[in-house]
Amino acid sequence: MDDRILSLKGELEDKLNAVSDLSELDKLRVSYLGKKGSITALLKGMKDLSVEERKTFGAEVNKLKAYAAEKIDEKTRQLKEAEVKREIESMPRFDITAPVDLDGGSYHPITLVQRQCEDIFKSMGFTVEDYPEVVTDYECFESLNIPKHHPARDMQDTYYLENGQLLKSQTSAAQNAILKKFGKNLIENGVPIKAIFPGRCFRNEATDACHENTFFQMEGVMVDKDISISNLIFFMKTMLSEVFRKDIKVRLRPGFFPFVEPGFELDISCLICGGEGCPSCKHSGWLELCPCGMIHPNVLSEGGIDPEKYTGFAFGLGLTRLAMMKYGIKDIRDLNSGRLKALAQFTDDE
Amino acid sequence: MLLSMNWIGDFVDLQGLDKLELIHRFSLSTAEVENEIFFKGADLSGVVVAEIKSVENHPDSKKLHLLKVDIGQDELVDVVCGAPNVRVGMKTAFAKVGAKIGEIEISPRPLAGHMSYGMCCSEAEIGISDDNGGIMEITDDIANGTDIKQAYEIDDIVFEVDNKSLTNRPDLWGHYGIAREFAALAGRELKPLEVEDLSAYDNLPKIDMKIEDKLCQRYSCLQFENISRSISPVNMRIRLYYCGMRKINFLADLTNYLMLEMGQPMHAFDSRKVGKIRIKRFDKPFVFRTLDGVDRNIDENTLMICNDDTPVAIAGIMGGLDSEIVDDTTTMTLESATFDSVCVRKSSVRLAHRTDASMRYEKCLDPEMTTVAVARFVMLLKQYDSGVKIVSALTDEYAFKYDEVMLSFDKAFVDRYTGIEIDNDTIVKTLKSLGFGVELNGDNFTVKVPSWRATKDVTLKADIIEEITRIYGYDNFEIHTTRSPLYPVRAYAVKSVEDKIKDIMVKRWGLHELHSYVWAYSDEYKELGIPVEKNIRLANATNPNIETIRNSIIPTQLCQLKLNTAYKADFGIFEIGRVVEGLDENNLCVERKKLAVTLFSKTRDVKTLYFELRDMLCGLADDLRHQSLSFKSVEPEHSYIHPINCDDMEIDGKSLGMMGIVHPTVGKRIDKKAAVVFAEIDIDVLAESKNLGIVYEEPSKFPPMEYDLSLELPQELFFADLSKCWENAGDILKSTRIVDTYDSDEIHSITIRFVFGSNERTLESTEVQSIIDGIVERLGALGVKLR
Repeated sequence: MDDRILSLKGELEDKLNAVSDLSELDKLRVSYLGKKGSITALLKGMKDLSVEERKTFGAEVNKLKAYAAEKIDEKTRQLKEAEVKREIESMPRFDITAPVDLDGGSYHPITLVQRQCEDIFKSMGFTVEDYPEVVTDYECFESLNIPKHHPARDMQDTYYLENGQLLKSQTSAAQNAILKKFGKNLIENGVPIKAIFPGRCFRNEATDACHENTFFQMEGVMVDKDISISNLIFFMKTMLSEVFRKDIKVRLRPGFFPFVEPGFELDISCLICGGEGCPSCKHSGWLELCPCGMIHPNVLSEGGIDPEKYTGFAFGLGLTRLAMMKYGIKDIRDLNSGRLKALAQFTDDE
Repeated sequence: MLLSMNWIGDFVDLQGLDKLELIHRFSLSTAEVENEIFFKGADLSGVVVAEIKSVENHPDSKKLHLLKVDIGQDELVDVVCGAPNVRVGMKTAFAKVGAKIGEIEISPRPLAGHMSYGMCCSEAEIGISDDNGGIMEITDDIANGTDIKQAYEIDDIVFEVDNKSLTNRPDLWGHYGIAREFAALAGRELKPLEVEDLSAYDNLPKIDMKIEDKLCQRYSCLQFENISRSISPVNMRIRLYYCGMRKINFLADLTNYLMLEMGQPMHAFDSRKVGKIRIKRFDKPFVFRTLDGVDRNIDENTLMICNDDTPVAIAGIMGGLDSEIVDDTTTMTLESATFDSVCVRKSSVRLAHRTDASMRYEKCLDPEMTTVAVARFVMLLKQYDSGVKIVSALTDEYAFKYDEVMLSFDKAFVDRYTGIEIDNDTIVKTLKSLGFGVELNGDNFTVKVPSWRATKDVTLKADIIEEITRIYGYDNFEIHTTRSPLYPVRAYAVKSVEDKIKDIMVKRWGLHELHSYVWAYSDEYKELGIPVEKNIRLANATNPNIETIRNSIIPTQLCQLKLNTAYKADFGIFEIGRVVEGLDENNLCVERKKLAVTLFSKTRDVKTLYFELRDMLCGLADDLRHQSLSFKSVEPEHSYIHPINCDDMEIDGKSLGMMGIVHPTVGKRIDKKAAVVFAEIDIDVLAESKNLGIVYEEPSKFPPMEYDLSLELPQELFFADLSKCWENAGDILKSTRIVDTYDSDEIHSITIRFVFGSNERTLESTEVQSIIDGIVERLGALGVKLR
């Protein structure tokens, strides 16, 4: 073999060994295999040789050229691999066990519980209605079969305003309006009245861990031709079991509310103490959650619905109490306290 | 109201029944029973009747005596006793060695050097009264050694019914009515009430009595004399005590006993003071002293019992001091009456004096009861004091009679209402057990409501359903869903807006939803230097701190910030709540539903915070209505807002609300360093605004052209003013935004990037340049220079 070829080969091998990055390698490639590269130059110098020599020498140079290209490619591969490896190794292992600080927002617990209840009733074809907080005596009492001087008015310590209006003491204050709003469709088209109306209520009483002057209820009514007590219990039990996502123990007791007949107090087994008795359930194991009953015939009539043809049930679910039970909130005053330490925990209902 | 099972047992045989289970059923079928049930006498054993045979003074003590007592055994027992009323021959309650009284077990022990083998007990010690003045006195007729529980009805189960749950049941304000419920629940007979036949006295003279006011429904009275008994029998006293009634004297106790038994309040007058009974109201107010010694102001609406023209009792509430039975009273007049329930209730509210009697009258008592109660009273009186002499005929004026209530319905009505099958026999049996008259004809029922339920309680068919179902038991109901047809339900606009706002605020902006009260909390406002602005007030607020209804949620939120300054360096809160913006032309409150947002930051400057708030509000308008808001700088309407930066925002040309920065005087009281900004918008206005919806624009295939203009502005120019210069630039101007700003004392400059594009073609640079030239020219007219 020609000495020049041998020395060039040896030189290339030495240089390849010394190369450590891709740009250097590229320069190396150009210096051997480029148009002005040393291997290319060998070919160019062949014109002085005989035909025979040229043939032999040419073949050897081409062999060297192929060898060089292969070596350079191989080196390129090696260097690329090394680079990826370096990149991989340069990444530290992150400590994702470090404390989490989700600076996310939060819903008021009443919103979460209210939405759950709404979703359940919406899934059963109920419409969700809204109603003002300042109402008239007619809305809150007269239309609900609670005439003036009725002792039932003593049961609710109502906040009256200077102009004779009042802060609604119960969500039932919307009942008459709801019956009137949907009654026409019931009578003319046979569309049952199915509505819930969540809202804030007010009672003029001293506050403590179990009593608030401002609290949320969710009223519901259903009126149609054959609505029964059995239906009422079914809806109550279904709704509560859905809210708490388990089969809920409920019991009904007779309860006196002038706007229902028969009227009931619906109790559920206290979820804070599990029925053993705690301050939230006044040590009874049961929580009075939901006055309910069959809508009083006088209330139906006042809402323009013939009680001889239609029956209906109504309930007034204590959303505040429900939220307390669901989340284990022991002091009702926490809900309106405005304290984020307590209230920022309710990031979502799921 | 406390109830004694022994007393109930007088009227219904409870033998062999689980009494606790019955009480529980009563709670589920009739009225709410409080949790704690009292097992009277359960912690008492080994107490017997003992006779004191000898009394010696204790040598070393002035108080103590050394007694020998006979407890019916061969040997007398030595006892050391400190009671003042010991005497030879007296019988008393004696706790033997080994007896248990509550936690205490009696054992022999030395008292001042002498052994005592037991203890003589006071009534309080054995739990049958609060009398602790001396040891109990027991009548001679009870043999020594008799267990005290054999001698008297000490063992009893007492339970309490929540008075509120009896509001609609005048018949349940006495043991007899309660016993009727127990009988119905247990399926046993209710025994008739034993009474004296008063017709035997019809020949005696009548009392001079006249109802002169329609507010008295019925007045029955009777006179008697020669009462020798002053202390009530022990068993009667035990019942009264167990049921929470103070003992007074035999006659007063007996009227109370009748009230607790039948629910009929009664009153005994000294006949010397009450010879000419008139029931009436007075034209003018006056002061009247009731038997508790209190002077009360009686007005012209209060019904009075009078001796001719002299008032002697407040009808249905309390007797007067002057006509009370006193030691030398010989002839008594017993009153048993019913009065208008509303009148009694309102009078007792006016007098701020609610008595056991008035509580019952409020419920509409059955007037049929007055004479029965007198007859029952006389029977008991004669039973306990045989020398009593009746000296008048029963005098009774029945001025107002409730209508008889007859109700008709059929089986289908019951089926429809209950949704379950309750057979005719069960219906008939249930109603009869509660005292209803029932006739069944095929499937048709005709029901006569008993007088004690007919005063207001049961008036409709629906009321009968309750009677049937509560005794049937709600726990026994088979439950099922409805068969009503289904129709689509349309979401209520305000509601869905509200829900979305909450999600956006919480999920996108990380705000916290809080609730608050609808009134201004004046104390908390004062701390921040926020005045309570004039607005409608509560007429009956019990707390002066919460008198005025708020006209904005913002001050509430500023108070909430104050509470939470240590919570985090940066946070935001929001509430969707109500405010009242004064009164309308009909004098009704203008109630509005608002979203209030307040941001607090110790790390960001107030400008950044204010812009973040603006972006939130614009985001709401965009997300919910695909609209943009227009802002207008305004003078703040409230003193807690910074005078420089306060902006009104509009949607659909209507005012949506305002945003502002806290006034520094208020801000400093919240936190010295924090920036505070807030906004309040009207939810209804937002919900009612037009939803422009999504207008889809196809992405252009042709590249956009961008053109930056760096401008030097005179200070007073707002971007809104500049943008007028390109509002007619044509369709190819797609967007503008600020890419850079530079402010110094002298120069206020911004760089605006204009993006041009077309969906049809590649734009020519000349057409873009000519638009830019036009913009520059118009800007120049505003005093804006190119940099």
